[in-house]
Amino acid sequence: MNLRASASDLPIMFLGVGILAGEVTILDRISINISPGAPTVLIGPNGSGKTTLLRAAMGLIPPSRGRITWAGREISPPTRRAIVFQRPVMLRRSVYGNISYALASADVPHAQREQRIAELQSLVGLEGLEARPARRLSGGEQQRLALARALARDPAVLFLDEPTASLDPAATKVIEDIVRTISARGIKIVMATHDLGEAKRLAGEIVLLHRGGVIENGPADAFFAAPTTDEAKKFIAGELLV
Amino acid sequence: MPENVSALHLLLTGDPTLFAIVRLSLIVSLSAALFATLIGVPLGALIALTRFHGREPVIVVLNALMGLPPVVVGLAVYLSLSRSGPLGSWGLLFTPQAMVIAQTVLVTPIIAALTRQTIEDLWVEYREELAAMNVGPLRRVLTLISDARFSLVTALLAGFGRAAAEVGAIIIVGGNIEGFTRTMTTAIALETSKGNLPLAVGLGIVLIFIIILINALAWGARRAGERFAG
Repeated sequence: MNLRASASDLPIMFLGVGILAGEVTILDRISINISPGAPTVLIGPNGSGKTTLLRAAMGLIPPSRGRITWAGREISPPTRRAIVFQRPVMLRRSVYGNISYALASADVPHAQREQRIAELQSLVGLEGLEARPARRLSGGEQQRLALARALARDPAVLFLDEPTASLDPAATKVIEDIVRTISARGIKIVMATHDLGEAKRLAGEIVLLHRGGVIENGPADAFFAAPTTDEAKKFIAGELLV
Repeated sequence: MPENVSALHLLLTGDPTLFAIVRLSLIVSLSAALFATLIGVPLGALIALTRFHGREPVIVVLNALMGLPPVVVGLAVYLSLSRSGPLGSWGLLFTPQAMVIAQTVLVTPIIAALTRQTIEDLWVEYREELAAMNVGPLRRVLTLISDARFSLVTALLAGFGRAAAEVGAIIIVGGNIEGFTRTMTTAIALETSKGNLPLAVGLGIVLIFIIILINALAWGARRAGERFAG
């Protein structure tokens, strides 16, 4: 399968980034560095700014303050980046039609599409469902189709916004296995979750967000073994961060 | 058309005059619906997806034009096509082409307004996904029209229904000339004015039957498509 690891968009650097929605501060003075390697997992309670940070990193939201750079460039069309939203919208087409559309949008030559569709279906476990209308898939299947669509772009960086938030344990395991597989193939995963267990299972690096700011940022092992802030200790202990 | 004969009798005996009227009615209304679709769908999509100064008044006017009085449209097209009008040199007054033009003017706002609403609603849903896929403007429009096609069928049927049912515009620009511009609705108006009510009622029933048949075919096509595409 042609999932090329590329550093063309990495590192993604947030340099004092602030994002405002009217008068409300969503993100405040964010300075982080997303580098190649194991998955970077954004954790924090609802409303902490995880989704906004992912969308800004994808280039869908411009910063109100500060700068975001992709491999040193400030303007970078999202050709080597892809995102799976928390509630992905299924195009009103079949499974085949959805993946084919994503391939066409990524300018994949027509002659290669059949093979790529088969590979992507196999990777996300949707073999045999190509004719099924996408909107009639289960929640887990829709998430996997959204993953296939994102991977059709052959991304160097893949952003996942709480991809297992509404799934049962079995469907969650399937998604996490796919994430491990594509991470092992060299695609940088940047994922938001409020599930601490999922963060432990997948993260190479942790970014803990709270009220729009970064509380802690570093290797996952060190974060879980020896958190340095009270907020991190509370979050790991399962206490409510409000 | 023969006097004091029921439409059922004319249908059963295969009366050529009646079939010519039915045929012309379908040609005029379907042509008008087709031209209105070719103009109204892109126009509605354009208004749905672009932001410009004065957009909201344009939407209000477009919605209001759905209620255009057919006689006013007929009068406007009549004045345009009459010998002293700006399009008088075309020589189209009192022809089926003039009737198609009048009905196209009448139906285009309906299809454009319903398309605008349908596309705008779908755009709200699709916006982020298409932005994330880096889909360009032209492909975006084609995607939305394609994915809204089942909803747009309803807009097209509303437009066709309006064309097939109206009499005010085509009687002015067509002249209700027997064997040339007489349609089912103008024939019904004429037979009613002559007191030939059984024939008028019979023609009305045939007209309603044809409209139901076309709607049923479109509905069947829509359901078949939905089963495939969801």
